[in-house]
Amino acid sequence: MSDASTSKSGGFPNPLGWIGRAAIGLFAEIGRLIIYSGKVIGSALSPPWNLTQIWKQMIAIGFYSLPVVGLSAVFIGAALALNIYTGGNRFGAEQFVPNIVVLGITRELGATITGLMLAGRVTAGIAAEIGAMKVTEQIDALKTLSANPFRYLYAPRFLAACLTLPLLVLVADIIGVMGGWLVSVYGLDFDSTTYLRNTIDFMTTEDVMVGLIKAVVFGAVIAIMGCYQGSLSKAGATGVGRAATLSMVGAAVLVLATNYIMSTLFVNIGL
Amino acid sequence: MTQPILELIDVEKSFGSNHVLRGVNIDVAPGHSLVILGGSGSGKSVMLKNALGLMTPDSGKILFDGDDVTYDQGKEREAMRARIGMLFQSGALFDSLTVWENVAFRLLNAEKMKRSEAKERAIETLKKVRLGASVADLYPAEISGGMQKRVALARAIITKPDLIFFDEPTTGLDPITADAINDLIIEQVKALGAASISITHDMASARKIADEIAMLFEGKIIWRGPASDIDHSGNDHVDQFVHGRADGPIQPSI
Ligand SMILES: Nc1ncnc2c1ncn2[C@@H]1O[C@H](COP(=O)(O)OP(=O)(O)OP(=O)(O)O)[C@@H](O)[C@H]1O
Ligand SMILES: [Mg+2]
Repeated sequence: MSDASTSKSGGFPNPLGWIGRAAIGLFAEIGRLIIYSGKVIGSALSPPWNLTQIWKQMIAIGFYSLPVVGLSAVFIGAALALNIYTGGNRFGAEQFVPNIVVLGITRELGATITGLMLAGRVTAGIAAEIGAMKVTEQIDALKTLSANPFRYLYAPRFLAACLTLPLLVLVADIIGVMGGWLVSVYGLDFDSTTYLRNTIDFMTTEDVMVGLIKAVVFGAVIAIMGCYQGSLSKAGATGVGRAATLSMVGAAVLVLATNYIMSTLFVNIGL
Repeated sequence: MTQPILELIDVEKSFGSNHVLRGVNIDVAPGHSLVILGGSGSGKSVMLKNALGLMTPDSGKILFDGDDVTYDQGKEREAMRARIGMLFQSGALFDSLTVWENVAFRLLNAEKMKRSEAKERAIETLKKVRLGASVADLYPAEISGGMQKRVALARAIITKPDLIFFDEPTTGLDPITADAINDLIIEQVKALGAASISITHDMASARKIADEIAMLFEGKIIWRGPASDIDHSGNDHVDQFVHGRADGPIQPSI
């Protein structure tokens, strides 16, 4: 494919041809990803469910991500409080720190930071695992033994991620708010009781729900990207490594993109 | 002649510009053992994967027990696979499952057998390939390459298939272990009365296992005959392969 266009223009790559091919390639890739996602979601939503596999995956995805999610959240919350304080200070609005911290964390940052951290930890892990299974013919073996990889491998990971991410985001919300509180009380001389009361008074169920709905979507993105790239993995250690990298970058970008789309949507419907 | 259990008719398969299979015609009769020879990268594994429906041919037909299964999906495909065993080139044991769970995989998943019953069957089958019950609870990574091949063989025969594929069952093993695996294959295939297609580039294995031998070269079956004819095939390619010479019509792929 690629050598045809270079040879025609006498060894020089043809820029228009290159752009055209890249665009077609991109659309083809998006199309394949959508079809693949449809198959994963279809298998995930139809019984019977492989509860053992789902539980194993929930532990792998959720439990072992707690430290990284907690650490990221506490730092994001702390930095957020500090910046809001600095900004608010310019027009005497520094008392709004608790309100904006809780809003920012629950609607936006708790979910995004969890999504991004898991795009690294979980997506790459899934891609490497599935990729290794692909190149050692284990996926072919599954099929010959009448086990559908969509049901046996991909759907449990998808379900586990969609169920676990909201729980992790709840943890991130709590720890993130706590990070803001720590900085405010110990660094910025806020009164602890007033800070917490303002946080709780200002926090709404809707804001928390927005974050949790995002979390479910991020869970889907994370699991699907990992499985998708893994199942396309080329042979060898480099093939599997490449699948892991591609999946991670793809998942991180998709987390941010779907986050923006959902934020727009929620604002428009008044959530 | 009896109806072949498996028949490939003019099967072609390319990957981009790499024209791997260029019209493969081969069949195997029930209970017969066919060995396919061919150099590295000649498309032997691709041929088996097409036969199993893990890849779809670009053109041509695959008949299983007289039925055209080339484009089968879902239930029909499952029905065919339930009657076929496959030993993959790399073993392809599931490394997240124990040895017995690997062996009993089809029983546990597709056939929903109770775990205790499935484990019993697995241990019984492991015994047939001369592995003791003590390995049943180990993981594939904890046993040697020769033992992994035996486990893979046990997994391929546990459901008593009518046709078994062996993709290079002895590569990577020392000659003594390889010979033991060959003996096991012959013994088990005979015991089941199954047909088998084995791929190998090991002549000692081929002579031992085969009723018939065929040779795949440049995407086609260029010779086929009874195993006893292999030393006087009258075909230069086969001769070169049998004697392992670097010079001749086949160019080494390095
Ligand atoms: N999934 C695939 N995608 C692209 N090319 C492939 C794929 N599978 C195999 N090929 C190509 O097909 C050719 C034949 O491969 P195959 O694995 O069938 O060889 P083989 O005869 O089994 O060799 P070996 O004895 O080394 O196992 C090779 O050139 C290989 O690169
Ligand atoms: Mg091969």
